[in-house]
Amino acid sequence: MAKPKTYTKFRDVQAELERSGSALFRDAEGVESLVIRSPYAINYIHSYAEDTPFFLGLSEGKLRGSKCSSPSCGFVFATPRGHCMVCGAPTGWTDLPTKGRIHSWTTCRFGSEAFLKETPYNLALIEFDGAGSLLLVRLKEAVESDLYVGMPVEARFDPKPKYSITDVWFVPSKPAAPAKKPR
Amino acid sequence: MVSGGVTKFAKAHPAMDFRLMVKRAYDYALKDATNLTADRIDGSRISYFSDHFTRQLKAASMVQDYLGLNPKGSVRIEWGGATGGECFQAAFEAVASGRMDVCLAAGFETMSRVATWKGNEFIALASDTNFDFPLGGFYTGYYALMVQRHIYEYLRRTRFAGITDEREAQRTAIAEGSRIMSMVSVKNHLNALHNPYAQYPKRLTVADVLNSEMISYPLTREQICTMSDGAAVAILCSEERAKEFTDRPVEVTGVGTGTDTMRLADRPFGKVPLAPNEADYPELPYPGVHSFRAGRTAGLEAYSMAGITDPKKELSFVELHDAYASSEIQTYEDLALCRYGDGYSFVESGAPFLPKIDYGFPTKRAGEIPVNPSGGLIACGHPVGATGLMQAVFAYWQLQGTIGRHFRDPTLQIPNARRGAIHSHAGTGSSVTVSILKRGF
Repeated sequence: MAKPKTYTKFRDVQAELERSGSALFRDAEGVESLVIRSPYAINYIHSYAEDTPFFLGLSEGKLRGSKCSSPSCGFVFATPRGHCMVCGAPTGWTDLPTKGRIHSWTTCRFGSEAFLKETPYNLALIEFDGAGSLLLVRLKEAVESDLYVGMPVEARFDPKPKYSITDVWFVPSKPAAPAKKPR
Repeated sequence: MVSGGVTKFAKAHPAMDFRLMVKRAYDYALKDATNLTADRIDGSRISYFSDHFTRQLKAASMVQDYLGLNPKGSVRIEWGGATGGECFQAAFEAVASGRMDVCLAAGFETMSRVATWKGNEFIALASDTNFDFPLGGFYTGYYALMVQRHIYEYLRRTRFAGITDEREAQRTAIAEGSRIMSMVSVKNHLNALHNPYAQYPKRLTVADVLNSEMISYPLTREQICTMSDGAAVAILCSEERAKEFTDRPVEVTGVGTGTDTMRLADRPFGKVPLAPNEADYPELPYPGVHSFRAGRTAGLEAYSMAGITDPKKELSFVELHDAYASSEIQTYEDLALCRYGDGYSFVESGAPFLPKIDYGFPTKRAGEIPVNPSGGLIACGHPVGATGLMQAVFAYWQLQGTIGRHFRDPTLQIPNARRGAIHSHAGTGSSVTVSILKRGF
């Protein structure tokens, strides 16, 4: 059996691994290293545990935040959590408004491997009246040049939920149509 | 600290596995000290960030084994991007507590084992996997969100307060912020031309940085550090025995750590913990997503322990965690090198630049407080578990006055460097370490 093909550029080694699964890398000093492709795939069993009602809520078109149960605190979290970050008391569920404003935003031209096919996509941190913290979401129906801090936005829900945070996304709120003059 | 060593950081070191990389850095450190042999080392703290990248659990045990340090005590350290900085402090604590006289801090990362975008996925697993990761799994996206708000708070609301059209005002502020971030990228890449350990030394212009590929608006490729293979070691020793190993030891006079929420969305809007030389910020909701409360907390603890009240005056240099040009500017403010809101004008003043280097634009106050004279993460690379230790080694050589010998080029040596800070930062700022090193001779 022939030796694996030899390359002096690591990029070429990576390409050869895609083709044949093995390659030799030779560095500037002539040292050879044998490199193989080693696949690694897992199906992870991911429980939403105490965050479950939030994800079920998305499938019902609801945005649920957490409200601290302590009367002296009562902090409202737009991203839910089972216990209050401020005072440690348990939280209960509270419906958030489905309209908010952009606190900050970006357009990603890349992403990690699992999301490359979805590029470009917008991310935005949303602030809500009555909540003390924010929610990170995808922002759709808008391009980079449309977006600004403070922009009014509203939630949309996936009619076919995948039970992921991507079941909700936000879009720019349409400005209220100017009242028509009565004839 | 009595010795250190670093491997050259590279996109890939296929001819060295993590054990050999650490061994090379370790041998360099042993050779660079007097009478420093393995039998005089009492134990180790070994750091690497990601089990996903190594796909070898207990990799730190394999390092201990390869270095021939068994059966001495060792602990693996992991603290996200601040893994190397935390490893340094763990070794400091082992010595300061009296548990060891001589402790090795060794760190590495082998990020070339997967393709770049898979690597981004592994790194993004250091974000909340219920709420953050499924949106794109992309750290550059998170840092873009943070700098967008930083620009809004500190450029839109100040320099461009006069523009009434909101979109136009924000676009103008972002363009200004991007230009200034690019000056930081130019600085770090150019400094690295004189650092043979650096992965991406190069001469760039502000236009080159701005025109490089857009990754996540407004951050471009040249404003972002890369994946690397590399290792670094630092050897710490009790004050009483330091002179056995070198006539130019460096003293660790302050350590600090800080933390913040894992999710950006949970960051509070409260009060700024003030540095000793700072006046209050009555109107600033802090930290929000624009500043790093963990960095501020770590800095204040380290300054307090080291007796520093005016860091810009009392430090000769800072090596800080510039995974993004944006976070370098944010960190100037967190470390009280300038006031919150003054990070952009601090860059324009030239204060963090080196006086001997021509950056292609005016740097009037160059040399006031050089930041990342080595080239930082942007130009040196960021093999996570090694990065914070690399900073310690470069700081050690600066304070010893031996940069010229180790770099075979004296350009980056800061004349009469007496005290420096190193800063190691994790996640979206969820944990940060700051250590103060001082000339001990």
